Amino acid sequence: MNEFVERTIKFTWQKPKSSYDVVIVGGGGHGLATAYYLATRHGITNVAVLERNYIGSGNSGRNTTIIRSNYGIPESVKFYQRSVDLYAGLEQETGVWVMHRQKGLLWMAHTEAGVRAERARAEVNTAFGAKTEYVTPAQIREICPQIDLRGGGVWPVMGASYHAEGASARHDRVVWAFAEGAMKQGVHIHQKTAVTGLIKSGDRITGVETAAGSISAGAVVSAVGGHVTTLASMAGLRLPIRTHRLQAFVTNHYAQEFKPIVASANLLFYVSQTARGEMLLGAEIDRQPSYSYRSGHHFLQSCAFRALTLFPFMRDLRILRQWTGVCDMSPDYSPIMGLTGIDGFFITTGWGTWGFKAIPAGGEQMAELIATGKTPPLIAPFSLARFGQDRTLADRGSAGTH
Amino acid sequence: MSLRITCPNCGPRAIEEFLYGEIPEVPESLTDLDARDLDRAFMRKNPEGPAVERWFHAAGCRRWLTTRRDTRTDEVL
Repeated sequence: MNEFVERTIKFTWQKPKSSYDVVIVGGGGHGLATAYYLATRHGITNVAVLERNYIGSGNSGRNTTIIRSNYGIPESVKFYQRSVDLYAGLEQETGVWVMHRQKGLLWMAHTEAGVRAERARAEVNTAFGAKTEYVTPAQIREICPQIDLRGGGVWPVMGASYHAEGASARHDRVVWAFAEGAMKQGVHIHQKTAVTGLIKSGDRITGVETAAGSISAGAVVSAVGGHVTTLASMAGLRLPIRTHRLQAFVTNHYAQEFKPIVASANLLFYVSQTARGEMLLGAEIDRQPSYSYRSGHHFLQSCAFRALTLFPFMRDLRILRQWTGVCDMSPDYSPIMGLTGIDGFFITTGWGTWGFKAIPAGGEQMAELIATGKTPPLIAPFSLARFGQDRTLADRGSAGTH
Repeated sequence: MSLRITCPNCGPRAIEEFLYGEIPEVPESLTDLDARDLDRAFMRKNPEGPAVERWFHAAGCRRWLTTRRDTRTDEVL
């Protein structure tokens, strides 16, 4: 495929020290990307990433690997476009083949209201730097020949927004690319190291407690996915987060090419084809809060039924496996990044069902905040303080999974 | 087996028949009225472990019931 394919990723594991400039809790994509950009962009290399399991074992290894910036509000379009751009250059920058592939993304409209929404999405995206256009059913058929435009006679396809830069990448390799890149610069990554407490000195967070002993830190960053409420409560911080399960499944190999990523807000599912040829499907989060990785038959049944409405060919495929991640949902369906109001404690959370696509930009911007102490303009709207300032960033319609 | 909730009127039923209802809790330690309003509107306890919660039996008797559920396993205790 290219010169990166044959290269083996090399990790260098180190013994924990008792003190670091920055300690990042959570060895998923966001934590590792933050460490990587701290080291490569700001020269801060006395950094540790603490992961309670193995790197990428949480949501970074459980998502559906979609990269896009076709959001509905300017703040999000600009932020995610930064991530789309960084992803496109990630292989060149890190020298790791992350299997990045531009596929194009179709977001279906099945009603008059849906058509208006997708036209509006195309306008907002174009105005703020993302490449999205409105397409007709005839154009949709050219992009995706497998589609049943009648929608099974129930959900006819009336149009769609087409986001040409929609892409996917191999999620484990993204995690490894940032981990290896950070380690090369001298960052320590400690696996099987759960944080059991935060060390407070006055009003300031000055370190973390682990089973292996305490580690003092100039700054502590929470890049935890799924259990952020528990970590934040150690600092006495309450968050506007509820944790829900999100399920996904893959089918067996589909021999034809299925080029684009397809999403439908009415039918509440999204589908793409993996590099192995499997069809990868996901739907909405489970209604009740939960930290369990349990998968259920109800999801398989309802998601498969909805997918068949648009793609009758999937009738002949079999489900190979399913899995679950736990998502930190924010009330406005936008992430929360930045200062917490507690000295020495930074947070990047609320990544709900949209965290993977944001890994490079989230890491880059958090690194800039930690290094300079000033919130970069790109993530200033996403502060935790926005909820008290009546500046929520409501964009549920772009989450795609709810 | 799918998860079940035992409804006092209808007996054990699949969890998909129910709608989740949250019990909002503002900590007593918060005394500032604006801070209490903000907390009630947005902040969540999001417990990791046993939690008392309300469920509405939408596909059954259409009444509310109270359960104790472990959010780590999803099992009703």
